[in-house]
Amino acid sequence: MSFYGLVDGTEASLKSYLSNLSGVDQVGADARAAMLATRSIKTSAKRWAIDTAISMVDLTTLEGADTAGKVQALCTKAVRPDPTDSSVPSVGAICVYNDMVHVARKHLDSIGGQHVPVAAVSTAFPSGRASMPVKILDTQDAINAGAQEIDMVIDRGAFLEGRYIDVFNEIVAIKQVCADRAHLKVIFETGELVTYDNVRKASFLAMTAGADFIKTSTGKVAPAATPPVVLVMLEAVRDFYEMTNVRIGVKPAGGIRNTKDAIKQLVLVNETAGPEWLNSKLFRIGASALLNDLLMQRMKLDDGYYASPSYVTMD
Amino acid sequence: MSNRIDVKKTYKLYINGAFPRTESGRTYEVKSAKGVFIANPCLASRKDLRDAVVAARAAHIGWNKATAYNRGQILYRIAEMLEGRKAQFVEEIVVSTGTTKVKAEKEVIESVDRLVWYAGWTDKIASLAGSTNPVAGPYYNFTIPESMGVVAAIAPESPSLLGLIDAIAPIIASGNTVIVLASTKFPLSAMTFAEVLATSDLPAGVVNILTGKKEEIAPWMASHMDIDAMDISGVSVKISHELKVAGAENLKRIHSFKGSDPARITTFMEAKTVWHPIGL
Amino acid sequence: MSFEYAPAPESRALVTIKPKYGHFIGGKFVAGSKHFPTINPATEEVLSQIALAGKADVDAAVIAARKAYTTIWSKMSGKERGKYLFRIARIMQERAREFAVLETLDNGKPIRESRDTDIPLAAAHFFYHAGWADKLEYAGLGTSPKPLGVAGQIIPWNFPLLMLSWKVAPALAAGNTVVLKPAESTSLTALLFAEVCQQAELPAGVVNIVTGDGSTGALIVNHPGIDKIAFTGSTEVGKIIARAVAPTKKSVTLELGGKAANIVFDDAPIDETVEGIVNGIFFNQGHVCCAGSRLLLQENVAEEVLHKLKKRMEKIRVGDPMDKNTDVGAINSKEQLAKIVELAAVGDLEGAQRWSPKCELPKKGFWFAPTIFTGVTQAHRIAREEIFGPVLSVLTFRTPQEGIEKANNTPFGLSAGIWSEKGSRTLWASQQLRAGVIWANTFNKFDPTSPFGGYKESGWGREGGRHGLAAYLKGVGHE
Repeated sequence: MSFYGLVDGTEASLKSYLSNLSGVDQVGADARAAMLATRSIKTSAKRWAIDTAISMVDLTTLEGADTAGKVQALCTKAVRPDPTDSSVPSVGAICVYNDMVHVARKHLDSIGGQHVPVAAVSTAFPSGRASMPVKILDTQDAINAGAQEIDMVIDRGAFLEGRYIDVFNEIVAIKQVCADRAHLKVIFETGELVTYDNVRKASFLAMTAGADFIKTSTGKVAPAATPPVVLVMLEAVRDFYEMTNVRIGVKPAGGIRNTKDAIKQLVLVNETAGPEWLNSKLFRIGASALLNDLLMQRMKLDDGYYASPSYVTMD
Repeated sequence: MSNRIDVKKTYKLYINGAFPRTESGRTYEVKSAKGVFIANPCLASRKDLRDAVVAARAAHIGWNKATAYNRGQILYRIAEMLEGRKAQFVEEIVVSTGTTKVKAEKEVIESVDRLVWYAGWTDKIASLAGSTNPVAGPYYNFTIPESMGVVAAIAPESPSLLGLIDAIAPIIASGNTVIVLASTKFPLSAMTFAEVLATSDLPAGVVNILTGKKEEIAPWMASHMDIDAMDISGVSVKISHELKVAGAENLKRIHSFKGSDPARITTFMEAKTVWHPIGL
Repeated sequence: MSFEYAPAPESRALVTIKPKYGHFIGGKFVAGSKHFPTINPATEEVLSQIALAGKADVDAAVIAARKAYTTIWSKMSGKERGKYLFRIARIMQERAREFAVLETLDNGKPIRESRDTDIPLAAAHFFYHAGWADKLEYAGLGTSPKPLGVAGQIIPWNFPLLMLSWKVAPALAAGNTVVLKPAESTSLTALLFAEVCQQAELPAGVVNIVTGDGSTGALIVNHPGIDKIAFTGSTEVGKIIARAVAPTKKSVTLELGGKAANIVFDDAPIDETVEGIVNGIFFNQGHVCCAGSRLLLQENVAEEVLHKLKKRMEKIRVGDPMDKNTDVGAINSKEQLAKIVELAAVGDLEGAQRWSPKCELPKKGFWFAPTIFTGVTQAHRIAREEIFGPVLSVLTFRTPQEGIEKANNTPFGLSAGIWSEKGSRTLWASQQLRAGVIWANTFNKFDPTSPFGGYKESGWGREGGRHGLAAYLKGVGHE
């Protein structure tokens, strides 16, 4: 394992690497995010942003009450978000619990949605509180059922205790299970890490350990994907690319409820990591209600008047 | 002279930005100076006080974090709203106290001006009550005044509006939240003032207004362990002693004042002093 | 696939610009006799004709101010004076968008800055000072502070309405009346402010606005009927004023130029520091007296910071100030552009290395691309002279002491920046720096409660906060 040549896999090496990272000034980061939120995205730019955002949505259902019916309805929506308008792109992925993966994959394949990947949350999502063998089995099951993407959670308890090497090794182990069958997203649960310094540390820890994507939150804890947190993560992937020539993806999840929020995220990407990240291979948005707002805004741009929820489908 | 029947107002409490009735279901009768029935305001209970404290404590987090500029803007807005409703307040004061229209107008405009005065204090108190201190060592040492938290106030019986303003505005100017017990004999101004507050962008729970009996509510305020301080300008000397004894249980800061004074603001603030080394 | 932002222009329909303006004297708009054009520096379009005040106009303004002072304003209670200022603040908030558009058209600064910074701060200054009017005895400036009388105020073109509020608000709060001259190239928001004074029913003559050029300013400075001069502008003119008032009884405050050092220590939070550097010199096109125009990088992080700075500069959007997405607007005038071009050429001659990101500049109007010069030392002219444009001179230092020495090695002393995550070092540096305003891990932050002003040749006195009141009260500070 080379870890990009940045760490050697030992605790000492990792500790030293993480403590040498530049700190983040919270007020400054908040101010930068707030300034970027004033960008005014209109007309053709807005149309492009809406379609891009739709293609980036990881349409998600993660409820105890999920049933086959619910997951199938979501899948139909994912492939054709607007049944009356085939120009609307499919979403980026479907995101479900691992015992629903086979339901999702089967249904997607039966409705012409072969191009929509299924992502499974894993490693005792959302808490991450389980033994390593359980987490590995959790991941293996999901991949065997057809998941092409794994959204794992880090052990926040270990992180807050300073046991960074344990957090690191868990990611390495899960990445090994994923191998070349699935891409790995690593969820930080930034609301529990609290400080931007921790978010920056977690970003570099996860990337050197092998993450393909770094993700803000499970969506079960607030605050989730606030603009400054996403800014810090985008700065990290940008810096990482300069060091290694490898682009790691970013996925904000939770709290992105409407088109305005989504466009703010795209602006953050555009002016931080850069336009190379503005596609579903490198940027996803974990959301459920967002999709309908994107559709309504798309309708308004096309029709010239405000839409109503009656004209978009519930999933 | 028409035969039109008035729609009379029901006077309720003001807690957490809403207008609930007292949970006790009790009211008392308020008559005009001429002995004519005016209203049945609520006779607040200790449970209403309890609910108000919960609301005030929750509201303190946000109100204290708001910038002094923002608090000043809101206090000024309250003055704007009060100015716009002068006539209603004048009428209420005349009817309930029997005073002249001229005197009532004087009280109302002084109340507006008093609010403006306090509004202009919010962003100046720190420059006056705070300091940097030239300690004998390589340390940066500064003192900043901070709000205490939840303050309970007992307004004087009279003047019913101006006395209420002095029991509210200086307390919240610094970031405290307040529960105030209005004048018992002349509660109408307080209840109508709650409507002014409700239309001034004041966050829910920052000000809570109860009507009722001092003898019943004041002791519960004094013994409440989640009230940090009290303004007892509205009670008699004898009762004030009892309240101070009860308040000693959590070392409440208990004070009374006469008239307007920036001390009404600073007395309900703590002073925090910070040391930080200066060096390479 | 790139994310091109479509044009997002603010609507010009919000403002009505008259074809010609006069002066605002004694509560009324009066006709001027001679006029000169004011243009939109982004397009060179003539916006209006502005009056050039001569001796008669200035005399009339001073007489009106004196009359208002003697008969009304000095007799009025602080409580009532304050209420006029509160009214003005509230009306400025109501008409904020109108003011922002007008400021951008006249000055060339991006609409986002007028809208989010200039105008809100200007209204806040009035709101803050309104509250002082009836509390002067608490300001620590005496138990019964008295105003000076009539103040003559001359303001610059870089933050027209904001500079007006920094002058007018404290003067009025303290009980003075004013004669104010806005800058030649940016008079429109001052003239709109006169309308606000009328809407607020401010007594006639309390605020008088006379427009004109340097000659008008000289008439004000030398006028025997004025008790106090307040000037913001270049150090060169500040010295002229200081000499002119020396034999008189006038009190004077000056807010002049700067060449601020923005000091980056090796433990700075890098990304926020880069933002702060960009903000420090490119905000408002660098037309800022307190701009961080000298970047002092600790040598061991210089390369990393410069690399990130250049990448960040590539994202700066220079263009139409009326577009909501513009970061850097037009240079305020042809004259100022010429000065910037000249000094930048000096930088080339002195051997510094010039770099700018690729920038498509509009064909009409006055534009200068954000520029940095590396390899600069204290001996370079571009490290000593104020350029007043989007040009950053980059120097290095080895130790904190050396950094401070270089920072202080200037006749100016207006502001400085410190970037470090170590509290004790930040406080130590702030203690060592000879500057009136020090920003740590931030830059270009202003607040009505925060005193602003410089050491040494950056001026006399402070504006804002309790300290700023001293300038307008008798017997405190300057004699």
